[in-house]
Amino acid sequence: MSARTHTSARLPGLALLGAVATGVLAAQNPALAQEGEPIKVGILHSLSGTMAISETTLKDTMLMLIDQQNERGGLLGRPLEAVVVDPASDWPLFAEKARGLIENDGVAATFGCWTSVSRKSVLPVFEELDSLLFYPVQYEGEESSKNVFYTGAAPNQQAIPAVDYLRDEIGVERWILAGTDYVYPRTTNKILEAYLKDSGVADEDIMINYTPFGHADWQSIVSEIKSFGEAGKKTAVVSTVNGDANVPFYKELGNQGVSAEDIPVIAFSVGEEELSGFDTAPLVGHLAAWNYFMSVDAETNDEFIDQWLDHTGDDNRVTNDPMEAHYIGFNMWVKAVEKAGTTDPAAVQAAIIGVTVPNLSGGYSAMMPNHHITKPVLIGEIQDDGQFEIVWETAGLVAGDAWSDFLDSSRDLMADWQPPLSCGNYNVVTGECSGQNL
Amino acid sequence: MCRDRVVPARSPLLLVALITALIPFSSANGAAVVAGDPWLDDLFTEFVEGRGTAPVDALQALANSEREDKRALLEGILDGTLMLHKESTQIVRVEKQDRRYDMFNIVDGTALGEDRSRAFKRLKLDNRLRATLRSLIASLGLRSTDTGERRVAIEALLDKPDTVDAPTLDALIEAESSPELATLLLRVKALQQLGSINPSTRLQAVTILQADLSPDTRRALSRLADADDAPEVREAAQQASAEQARKITLYGYAETLFFGLSLGSILVLAAIGLAISFGVMGVINMAHGELIMLGAYCSWGMQQLLPDSLALALILSLPVAFLFTGAIGIAIERSVIRFLYGRPLETLLATFGISLILQQLVRTVISPQNVPVSNPEFMSGVVQIDGVLELTLNRLWVLGFCLAVFAMLLILLRHTRFGLEVRSVSQNRDMARAMGIRSSRIDSLTFGLGAGVAGLAGVALSQLTNVGPNLGQAYIVDSFMVVVFGGVGNLWGTLVGGMTLGVVNKLLEPWAGAILAKIVVLVFLIMFIQKRPRGLFPQRGRAAEGH
Repeated sequence: MSARTHTSARLPGLALLGAVATGVLAAQNPALAQEGEPIKVGILHSLSGTMAISETTLKDTMLMLIDQQNERGGLLGRPLEAVVVDPASDWPLFAEKARGLIENDGVAATFGCWTSVSRKSVLPVFEELDSLLFYPVQYEGEESSKNVFYTGAAPNQQAIPAVDYLRDEIGVERWILAGTDYVYPRTTNKILEAYLKDSGVADEDIMINYTPFGHADWQSIVSEIKSFGEAGKKTAVVSTVNGDANVPFYKELGNQGVSAEDIPVIAFSVGEEELSGFDTAPLVGHLAAWNYFMSVDAETNDEFIDQWLDHTGDDNRVTNDPMEAHYIGFNMWVKAVEKAGTTDPAAVQAAIIGVTVPNLSGGYSAMMPNHHITKPVLIGEIQDDGQFEIVWETAGLVAGDAWSDFLDSSRDLMADWQPPLSCGNYNVVTGECSGQNL
Repeated sequence: MCRDRVVPARSPLLLVALITALIPFSSANGAAVVAGDPWLDDLFTEFVEGRGTAPVDALQALANSEREDKRALLEGILDGTLMLHKESTQIVRVEKQDRRYDMFNIVDGTALGEDRSRAFKRLKLDNRLRATLRSLIASLGLRSTDTGERRVAIEALLDKPDTVDAPTLDALIEAESSPELATLLLRVKALQQLGSINPSTRLQAVTILQADLSPDTRRALSRLADADDAPEVREAAQQASAEQARKITLYGYAETLFFGLSLGSILVLAAIGLAISFGVMGVINMAHGELIMLGAYCSWGMQQLLPDSLALALILSLPVAFLFTGAIGIAIERSVIRFLYGRPLETLLATFGISLILQQLVRTVISPQNVPVSNPEFMSGVVQIDGVLELTLNRLWVLGFCLAVFAMLLILLRHTRFGLEVRSVSQNRDMARAMGIRSSRIDSLTFGLGAGVAGLAGVALSQLTNVGPNLGQAYIVDSFMVVVFGGVGNLWGTLVGGMTLGVVNKLLEPWAGAILAKIVVLVFLIMFIQKRPRGLFPQRGRAAEGH
C-alpha cells in the first residue's frame, strides 16, 4: 500500500523529468524535434571585400535552391531555412562566422567558402563541432576532411587537363604560372611545376610569379610576360589569380596588346561572373578551364538558366561552375538526408557516399569515398559577350583525386572515408593513417 | 515557356526561294547546313561539322574562290554576325536588337524574320581559326584601295613574310602609292631575302632590317650572326644584333622608368591632398582614403548619368568630384576636427571612425561590390615608339594630370591671396589672426582643399583600378608614406618623394616580385626616417620648429 502511494506520488515527478529530458535532448538534436520546425542551412560567402565579385552570386544560388526545395515540400517534411552571413573576404572572420552558424544557429549543413585560405580557416571549426561543409570551388587538393565535401575541381580535374590541352593541342613550350599569393596558387603551381618538369620542360622555360590580393598595377608583370614570350617558342600563361585583381590584369593585357593568339592566358578562377559587366572584346580567345560553362548545350542547363533568370528577375545574370557545384552539392545533401532519414552529420556522411545526382551538362555526378565528386573537364574560350565557347572536353567523367600523384609528399596518400579505412590521408605504402590533414 | 516561331516574310517568292534552297537537302551530298547556294551549303557544312583541319580548309577554299562576297563572308564569320539558326539549320546574317535578332539571307540579303537570341548558335571559332581568318582577310586586303586595310594586311605580312611569293611582293611594291607602306613592304622583302642563296642579297637584307626591332627580326638576325656561311654577312649581322640589343636595353630602362613614374604619379595624386591637410594643418586624416574613394564613385556616377559620352562624363566628373569631396571635407572639419586641434591621437581615432562610416555608407547606399568604370576612347590604347616601347595612354594621361594638379596647387599656394593666407595661418596662427585673417575659415577651406584634391585623385584612379568601397584602404598607407618621406608640409617633397618611391618599387619588381618589392621599399623608408626624421625636404625656420 505504501509502495503504491510512493509510486503515485513519484509519477508526476517522473513525468516532469521525462518531459524536461526530452525537451533538452530535442533542443540538442534537431532530428528529434517536432514536425514543421525548419532545418537551417548555413550560407558562408563573402558579400563584400575583394572576393565579393565571385561569391555574392553563390549566396543567391543557394537561396534559389532552398526556395525550390521548399516548393517541393521541404526536407523530411520540414521547411528549409537559409541563414546568410557575410565574412567580408576576411579569413579569420570566416572561422568566427562558421562557429556562429553551427553553435548559435544550429545549421544542419553549411554551403560556403571560395578561397582556400577561407576553407583552411574554417576547417578546424567544422572538425571540432562535427558539422558539414560543402565547398563548391576548384582548389589545390592536398586535403580530405571527414566534415567537408569538395564539389569543386581538384587539380586533376582542372589544372592538369588544362596543361595537357595547352601542351598537346596548342603546342605550348614555355610556361608562365601567375597566381595570387596564398595557398591555392602556391600549391597548384607546385603541382604544375612538378608535372611540367616530369614531362621534360626545362627550368628556364617556366616562370612563376605571385601578386597580393587586389593587386592593381600589372604593368611590369604584363611586360615581363611579353618578353618571356618572345623567345620564339609558343608561350602561355596559367593564371591562378583570384578576385578583383583579375579585372586590371585583363585590362592591362588588352592595353599592352597581348592577344590570345600570341600568348593565351588560361585562368582557373575566372568565369562568367567575373567577366560580367566587363568589356570582353580585348579578351576574346583567352581561355578558362572548368567543369561547366553557361554555354553548355543541355536540357538540364537550359532549365536551370531559365529558373535562375526568373528567380533573380534580371536577364543579364549569368551562371558559372561554382553555381553548378552548389547545385550538385545541395542535391546530394538532400538525397543523403532523405536516405539517412535524419540531418545528423554522422548519418549523412555515411549515406552520401555513392549518391548520384544529375549535373548541368547532361550527365551525372557521384560522391566518391574521398569526398570528391566525378566531373567532366571543359576548356572554353572567352567570347565578346562574356560567355565561353567550349573548344575541348574530356571524353568522360574524371574522379577527383585529393592527393596529387605529382608531389612527393602526397604521391603515396589516398583518402577513403568509408569503413574500414575511414581515413583522409592513408599512406598506401606504409599502411598508416596519419590522422590529421597535412 | 513558349518559344516564338520564326515569322517568314510574306512574299511567296521568298517561300519558293527558301524551299529551293532546301532542295540540296535531298541531294546526294546531304548537306546538313543551309547557306544560300549549294556550294556555300557544302562549305559551311564542312566548316560547322568538320573535324581536324576541315574548318581551316573550308576557310581557305572560300578565300581562294572567285566569289565577290568572300571577304564579307570571312569578316562575318570572324566578327560573329554570321550565326546558325538552330531550328532551320540555316546560316544567316543577324542584326542584334537586344534579346531578339533579325535574320537576313547571306547571299542576297533578304529579310527572313526574327527570333529570340537563344534560338541562334554562334559559329564555333577557336584561336587557330581566328588567326587563320585574320591572315586570310589581311591577304585579301593587300590589294585593297583603302590605305588602312592595306596597312593591316602588310603588318600581318611582317609576321608571316612567306605567305606571298617574291614576284607578287615585287608587284605590290611597284604598285604601292604610300611611301610609308612601301618601306614596310621592302622590309617584308628583306625578311624573305634573309634566306637567299646569294650572300650580297643577304647582306643587303641585314642592312635594311637593322631598323626593325620586332622580336622575329631580332631572332632572325642573331641566327645569321651565329650561323651564316659568309663572313661578311656574319659580321654585319653581329653588328646589327649588338646595336639592336643596345637599343632594346635602353628601351627597357625607359619602360621601367615610365612604369615607375606612372606608379609615382598615382602615389603623388593620392598623397598630395594629405600633404595639405597633414602637412599644412597638422591634422591626421585617416578618412583621406575614403575621400579618394568617393571621388572615384563620382566618376562612376557621371558615367551612369551620361552613358553615351564617356569622355564628357570623365571631364565633368573632375569639378563634380572636387566640389563634392571638398564639401564633405569642410563638413568633417566643421563637425569633428575643429574640436580636436592640438590633439592628434583623438583626431586620428575620430577620422578613422569617419572612414568606417563612409565605407559602410557606400556599401549600403550603392553596393558592397565593385562598380564598373570604363575608359573613354581618348584614354584607350597605346603610344608605340619604334615598335618596341609601348606607353599606355591611360597612364600617360594620369601622369600628365598629376603634374597639372601639382602645378595648379603650387600656383594656388604661392601666388594667390588664399594661398598666402593658408601659409600664414600654418606658420604663425596668432600673427595671422592679428593681421585680420579669419583663421577658422581658412582652416575649413584648407581641409576642404585637401579633400577636394583627394576627390580628383579618385577620378584619376577610377581609370586605372577597380572602384569599390575598399578603394581607400589600398591607398591610405601609401599616402602617409609619401608625405612622411617627402617632408611634412612641403609640396615639392611630396612630388619627389612619390616619384622616387614609385620608381624604386618598379625597379625592384622584376627582381624581387611585387610583394617583396613593396616590403623592401617599406624597410628602406623606415631606415631613411631613422636618419632624417623630417623627410626629404623638411620645413625650416623658427615657426616650423615650433610645430
